[in-house]
Amino acid sequence: MSWIGRDEKGVALLLVRDDAELLRALVEQLLALLGDPPDPGDELAALGIATDARPPDDPVLARLLPDAYQGDDEAAGEFRRYTEAGLRDGKRAAAQTVLDTLRPGERVVLDEGESHAWLRALNDVRLALGTRLEITEERYEEEVDWEDPRYPLYAAYDRLTGIQDALVRALEAG
Amino acid sequence: MSPTGTAPVELDRPKSEEDHAADRPWLAIVWNDPINLMSYVTYVFQTVFGYTKSKAEKLMLDVHHKGRAVVASGTREEMERDVEILHSYGLWATVKRDD
Repeated sequence: MSWIGRDEKGVALLLVRDDAELLRALVEQLLALLGDPPDPGDELAALGIATDARPPDDPVLARLLPDAYQGDDEAAGEFRRYTEAGLRDGKRAAAQTVLDTLRPGERVVLDEGESHAWLRALNDVRLALGTRLEITEERYEEEVDWEDPRYPLYAAYDRLTGIQDALVRALEAG
Repeated sequence: MSPTGTAPVELDRPKSEEDHAADRPWLAIVWNDPINLMSYVTYVFQTVFGYTKSKAEKLMLDVHHKGRAVVASGTREEMERDVEILHSYGLWATVKRDD
């Protein structure tokens, strides 16, 4: 069984193969969705400044990279131009930390930086899956039919929710 | 405050007339969403703002029950910085001038 707890050096955890493989697959999808880092030859991009300030069309990316102003497209666009590249970089780095420290069936100890990377990447993966599944607050009041073709995705979402909650508890216990 | 990720790059942005005229504070607002866990949101408020657990929990419950809550106030630059960090944690946050 997977578990998450404390160690004197940080958060200790063990994910069984099924959990680890689920997480790896979803984190890899997240990295693909976030796209490649900007071309280093692009001088503005190297400073983290984008030329395109429009919000993403994809609903998952729009949720991961939300507008910082409501009802003010100009301010929202300006903020996005200066911050979105950095936000994407941070999300990519956190996702990569999870892939680099994931050991199926083995006990792993995460330092503070690594455990926060896990926290943020796990949350991004839940946001991505939850947005695709159009999760609502009422969702838990209805049973998902196991014959629903999306049943495995709901099950994956619930599994990630359990892991995320256990990680928060372990961090709070520190 | 966030222990991982790339260091923020400070950029000089042209100040608008509005910025100079402002003596009202700016606000960072967090909006309710059905995915972020209550325990997680509470933990993020403690981590990002250094709030006590009880203050963080009260704000989380405000977000949950009222649909949104003001989580910080200050200059526009400070609030933009806070919102950027909240976005890095996946919270749905916006900047607004106090009215």
